[in-house]
Amino acid sequence: MAPLLDIKKATKIYGGGMLSAGPVTVALQDYDLTIEESPATITTIAGESGSGKSTLANLVLGFTDLTSGQIIYRGRDLAEMTAQERIGYRREVQAVFQDPYAVYNPFYRVKHVFDLIIRNFKMASSKAEAREMIENALNVVGMRGEEVLEKYPHQLSGGQRQRMMMARAYMLKPKLIVADEPVSMVDASLRAMILDIMLRLRDEEGMSFLYITHDLSTAYQIGDHIYLLYQGSVAESGEAAAVIENPKHPYVQLLLDSIPVPDPSVKWGGDEATTIDDEEMRVSVDSGCRFYPRCTQRMDRCLEASPVPFPVGANNHNASCFLYDEEEKILA
Amino acid sequence: MTAATTIDPVDTVTASRGPAEQDTILDIRNLQVFYATPTGDVRAVDNVSFKVQRGEIIGLVGESGCGKTTTAMAILRLVQPPGRIAGGEINLDSVNLADLEGDDLRETRWTKLSLIPQGAMNSLNPVMRISSQIKDTIRTHEGRISNRELKERILQLLQLVGLPSRVYDMYPHELSGGMKQRACIAMAIALDPVLVIADEPTSALDVVVQRVVGETLLDVKERLGVSMIVIGHDMGLMAQLVDRLAVMYAGRIVEFAPVESIFNEQLHPYTQLLIESIPSIKEKKPLKLTEGLTHDLRTHMQGCIFQLRCPHVMDICREENPPMRALRSRHETACHLYDDDGVRLH
Repeated sequence: MAPLLDIKKATKIYGGGMLSAGPVTVALQDYDLTIEESPATITTIAGESGSGKSTLANLVLGFTDLTSGQIIYRGRDLAEMTAQERIGYRREVQAVFQDPYAVYNPFYRVKHVFDLIIRNFKMASSKAEAREMIENALNVVGMRGEEVLEKYPHQLSGGQRQRMMMARAYMLKPKLIVADEPVSMVDASLRAMILDIMLRLRDEEGMSFLYITHDLSTAYQIGDHIYLLYQGSVAESGEAAAVIENPKHPYVQLLLDSIPVPDPSVKWGGDEATTIDDEEMRVSVDSGCRFYPRCTQRMDRCLEASPVPFPVGANNHNASCFLYDEEEKILA
Repeated sequence: MTAATTIDPVDTVTASRGPAEQDTILDIRNLQVFYATPTGDVRAVDNVSFKVQRGEIIGLVGESGCGKTTTAMAILRLVQPPGRIAGGEINLDSVNLADLEGDDLRETRWTKLSLIPQGAMNSLNPVMRISSQIKDTIRTHEGRISNRELKERILQLLQLVGLPSRVYDMYPHELSGGMKQRACIAMAIALDPVLVIADEPTSALDVVVQRVVGETLLDVKERLGVSMIVIGHDMGLMAQLVDRLAVMYAGRIVEFAPVESIFNEQLHPYTQLLIESIPSIKEKKPLKLTEGLTHDLRTHMQGCIFQLRCPHVMDICREENPPMRALRSRHETACHLYDDDGVRLH
């Protein structure tokens, strides 16, 4: 059976059109990803700002088109879908966005977001049926319709709004939910509730998630697989627990060392953190490893070619770093 | 006032960390900030008292809506209607800011206390170079200064926050998020204030940049000896950054202690909850779900403010508001769970 979502050699380049003379931005380069239809999984895409994770979300949701490569949903290429198939795709692939304040129209009561999808997808034949569907969806996220539906967005808390978005996505019974930083703007105490809903939808409803985040600790807690992006390429991938407990790529090691430990006696560990600005970044992308300017273990050959993924552990744990090139080790 | 801070002076002197008591920069007493609504006042900050010593970083944590930003805004006298400072004193260098008006207030802001605002990266003027914005700040307060002297000073400031000198001529859109944040820090320390308030200084940044900004703040504190109040909700970051931590809930401080002490032993049930809900990268554990509602801040609650969510609630909690008490050395909390010797009752 064809996988649920299969991304092959996806590349997205911004800029560089006929009229623009400026440098191009490679947001995503030769990206591969496969999500199997069952069992349902939570696939985490992690990386810093500008690593291409939101570009990936936009591509999967069909907001922008690929420069080259393919996104195949259950055997059908996204770019070749007919209008009819696209509507089906839009229904089966849903999104939950980062900012629960910006997704609502402040002039409408919150039930408007539910009414809209019921109307667009002709989901209910009567008002009572529609109401029941909404109620069911809200119950899944632990809310009651009478308490919230007639309110305006500003009368709800951030956590409530984000749970409503989960309920909205759930109501369409999608196969895949693209969750772009769903908890980064929600309080720590409410974060667990949103993550718990994601786990329940995965286990009880068989919905898969593409969970996009920069927070590795939540990725560790709920993710099944993880892809760590750096500058549009995969730095390291594998099972979430294996990667985070035993990171191999120097960038991933830096990232994990930078997570503040909730213990005052343990200060930020590892090497001194370095960041570089966009200008240096663009210069460095011509050839070779994109992490070269910041890497503490760089070698000459890192400038010559981009590293391909090398196996570094069980269950497809790969790191794109020449440190793990077996041939290199033999030569040395 | 029952909620007034009572610190045993002996404890303070014997404490291992932090400067002596007499070096108090900021002394807040029974601060109250209310927001007027058609159905009554919302008590956003209710009887908050604490002191900030010279050269220390105080962390202010709590969930959204607990009053941490409102407290900061009150210190800066930036509470906007329908909000108002309903009572209390804000003594900065023995001047009560709550009484200042007009030019006195304008002169105090930024020369004595400055702000790194929430989402600081969006607070820079997009059509002005970084240098012009810092120049404005300095000229407004210090009058005429020669361009050469000014340039030298700004370059020094940029160096202090770890920015390359070419940032001087750049516009905000040419900088990354972390660099913009550091430019804001440079601006906040431009006039050598005694107190800097940083409102969620790293909330929109990813971990590596967050760390760079955090380390910049620590570095600036070391070099200038400035005091800071850092507002946030990330306990991990607080553990790395601050000297003493104040935990706020529903407009009140419920626990206040040196950061080591609070991470060693959380006395207040709400602090326990906050620390338990930090996701770990060391061990996989089941998600800690917290249900429960904060009471309506418009009504004055009989008893403890945390009684609706507290797992250890007792009869006395529904009747009497627990006062702030020092139960350990320099470790204060407002909770009925402990007797006067700091022994837990159940």
